[in-house]
Amino acid sequence: MITHTARPLKVVLYEGKGAIPLPAEARLKVMTALLDKGYAVARVTTSGSQTSAPQDDHTLLLLGSFPERQAPALEDVTGRIQIEARDITDLDAESIVALVDKTRGQKPMNEPGKWKPWFPVIDYSRCTNCMQCLSFCLFDVYGVSEENKIQVQNNDNCKTNCPACSRVCPEVAIMFPKYQAGPINGDEVSATDHGREKMKVDISSLLGGDIYSALKDRSAAAKSRFSKERSPDKALDERKKCLTKLVSDGFIPMDVLASLPSPDEILRKSEIAKARAAAALAAQPGAQPAN
Amino acid sequence: MSDTPTLLYCRCAYAQVVPSGVKNAVLQQLCDSGASFETVSDLCEMTAHRDPRLQELARCGRLRIAACYPRAVTGLFQQAGAPLPEGTEILNMRSLTAEEITRQMLRTEDLAMTAEPA
Ligand code: SF4
Ligand code: SF4
Repeated sequence: MITHTARPLKVVLYEGKGAIPLPAEARLKVMTALLDKGYAVARVTTSGSQTSAPQDDHTLLLLGSFPERQAPALEDVTGRIQIEARDITDLDAESIVALVDKTRGQKPMNEPGKWKPWFPVIDYSRCTNCMQCLSFCLFDVYGVSEENKIQVQNNDNCKTNCPACSRVCPEVAIMFPKYQAGPINGDEVSATDHGREKMKVDISSLLGGDIYSALKDRSAAAKSRFSKERSPDKALDERKKCLTKLVSDGFIPMDVLASLPSPDEILRKSEIAKARAAAALAAQPGAQPAN
Repeated sequence: MSDTPTLLYCRCAYAQVVPSGVKNAVLQQLCDSGASFETVSDLCEMTAHRDPRLQELARCGRLRIAACYPRAVTGLFQQAGAPLPEGTEILNMRSLTAEEITRQMLRTEDLAMTAEPA
């Protein structure tokens, strides 16, 4: 899990006034090498399209081919950003990456290949705030905002390659941009995708995420039947069965099953998640009291 | 803020879900043009860490982005607390050809293209 939030410096490949444009091949090579290492790079020419200037205190490293191989000394007028400039005439892409790494120094940085940003992204234009995802996820990825709106709060807790919660969202509102297939990858949602809702609701009720019936279950008789049907052992068993099916159907990877917490912990977590979801639902404007 | 759009290219370097032929060709054509542009290694990684540079980008006023599915890109910026400005154009390198992407990215009616580097 990645816990730090450090950002590597921003690199500018400067080909504007006072610099000599790089040969086309060298330009592509250096851009590619820096991006594949994990850096953000802006290419600046004399053209009018815009680039974004950093607003915080991270370092801006300006690379260019300058007359007499002399990089200019630069200072930010606001005094907030540290600007360093380096001449890269005749340096190959590898040496330029080494130079950028050296300027970054000891500051930590994430790198492609060592970690995969895998976490749910909510399409709020579809989400109805039903809280099924919050009840379902056993890894505390979801939470609610101060306005009781569903939020992805602990994205680093999400299990890589597990898109399970997107299968239980009745509105097809949960995306994983690094997933291969649509609509989970963010592709448009078709009527057929939305039609799979039935299956999803069945799954989520199997998993104990049946918030609506829990809230609507007003009569004592129904309540006692509900508690019998959903005895802890049975609920746990059903949850396991359902997860195993999701694995065999290729929806979630095997190692997600392997990393599940202990049975006691699963029950405890799902109770907490259900209670949080129920509280958030009850706090929504227009919600009926549960009893 | 300006009427000239900021061009942004996402490399999707943390997973190979964007076809490499398309993303390489788009980067090459951006590099071969005279345009200034922004690139990021991976928008998902930046959202994962609520990178404030996403807010800098969203503040650019107008954006034209070559990345992946528009719903995903919009959601990523929103989740990072940097909702995209209205009128942002998102070009999907997972479904369009490199030629279609660069044609749209480098549409010149609102880009002041003055330089033609070697
Ligand atoms: S399950 Fe889907 S619709 Fe319900 S709160 Fe989660 S994202 Fe929104
Ligand atoms: S994919 Fe799995 S681990 Fe990640 S948020 Fe959804 S249910 Fe939780």
